[in-house]
Formats: sequence, structure tokens, C-alpha cells
Amino acid sequence: MTTPSKDLQPQKKESAGGIELAQDRPVFLPPTDIYERDDGVLVVCDMPGVDEKHVDVTLEDDVLTLTGSQQVQEPEGHELLHRGHWPGVFRRSFTLTTEVDREKIKARIRHGVLEVVLPKAKETQPKRIKVETE
Amino acid sequence: MYWHELGSMDPFASVRALQRQMNRLFDGYGAEEREAFPAVNLWSNAEEVIVQAEVPGVDPKDVEISVQGDQLTLQGERKADESPENVVCSRAERGSGRFTRSFRLPFEVDNTKASARCANGVLTVTLPRTETSKPRKIAIAAD
Repeated sequence: MTTPSKDLQPQKKESAGGIELAQDRPVFLPPTDIYERDDGVLVVCDMPGVDEKHVDVTLEDDVLTLTGSQQVQEPEGHELLHRGHWPGVFRRSFTLTTEVDREKIKARIRHGVLEVVLPKAKETQPKRIKVETE
Repeated sequence: MYWHELGSMDPFASVRALQRQMNRLFDGYGAEEREAFPAVNLWSNAEEVIVQAEVPGVDPKDVEISVQGDQLTLQGERKADESPENVVCSRAERGSGRFTRSFRLPFEVDNTKASARCANGVLTVTLPRTETSKPRKIAIAAD
């Protein structure tokens, strides 16, 4: 591991602030690791409580957006003693300055961690990425 | 301190942490900081305590739950990402390492009847109350 590269810059606006959601759920910025290699980029994102059906990975122009909606059932008929987390939506966007092969992007979610592999390439076309699970 | 920023290589981590805090503040979801890892919700009724912990990236095999009397301890390890050769880390916000959290529950729980399951990085532990700790109604004998 060396110093951060200039290829991946966070977007100035990291939160969904300004854009209102249709649903009354808080939007969180999930902690994310990004690794870069000669042949591609790996994005690893914490999304506890999100299953493969409720995660969305999109790449439009050069903006990669990861969205995951938590599907956690909170017990009913119980008194809340302590709250350390809220049910909500995880969303984060990154601007990719690396050209990515859109046909070969792979995403999977396991133990509440989303991993997106973006192989480097030349062509540039908007595409939706299917998320797989194990 | 944010747990996941321990060992962060990102010089702007603290700036973003502040930004997140401000977001949370204005979102109305409490001004307090994100708590220690794992973030835990605790519920109870007269019969049981339910604990929900967010443990993303933790293999359920690496979690140890122990209960003694009215004390619950969650221990475990979150493994770091594998970082092979020739990899540049552009962002490191997810932490790794061992974690321990202990909670005092409102009553004693029966550790033989406790159950736990882990789905999508969320651990749910159900702890039934011991019979001896349940309140007993005492009938008043009338003369």
C-alpha cells in the first residue's frame, strides 16, 4: 500500500443532502475502502443489514453510486433500552477518473460488506450493474 | 473517536468525520457520535432482552457471545482486507481488529436458553429472562 492516488477523488457532495428521499429514512455515508491496481479498482463498503436484493450499484458517466437499503426487522412490543444504530439507507458516490470496462464490473455482498470490482478499460457507456451474492 | 477510522491513512478522515457528525446533527438523528464498534441496539420486555449489533465484514465464526448473570459480552475480530502486492490504497475508512463490548442487562438472563443468529452483517441475540428474576405476584391473604 502506498500513498493515495489522484485517480479516485471523492465527490464534493458526499451526502444526499439537498436531494430529498421519497421515504422517511435517514441516509448514511458508509465507511469505504478503495484499492487500486494496474488492472482495476476494488471498492469495499460496509452495509450491515443490506441483502443482495436491496443493493444498487450504478455507474453513469464517471460517477459510481452505491446504494443499500437496510432490511433489519426491529422487535415489536419491546422497550428500547439503548440505540447505537438507526435503520436507514447507505449511499455513497465516487467520481472515477479511471476508464473502466463496464461489461466486466462485478459486485457481491457478503456479511453486510459490498465489494465492487471495476476492471480498467477504454470504452465509456452508462450501464447498470447486477449484484450477485454467494 | 470513530472506530473505523483507527489506523486510517486518510488525512481527511477527521474532516469527513466532522462532516458526518454535522449531517447527523442536522438530520435530527442525534448529535452524539457514532458509538464504538459494533453499534448495538438493545430492547427488552418483561420476558427477554434482544440485542442487535451491526457487525459488517465479521465472520459469524469470529464472534463470541458470553452471558453471565445480567452481563452480556460481545467479542470478536474483524479481519483486515487482504492487500496483495502492487495495490494502492486510495481510501481506508473501514477498521479492523479485535473488539469487545459489554452490557449490563436490566435482569438476569438464562444463558442456556440464549439464541443468536447473524444475517447480512447484523447479529441478533435473544436472551430470555431467568425464572428466578421474574417478579412474583404475592397474593394477599384476607382474614
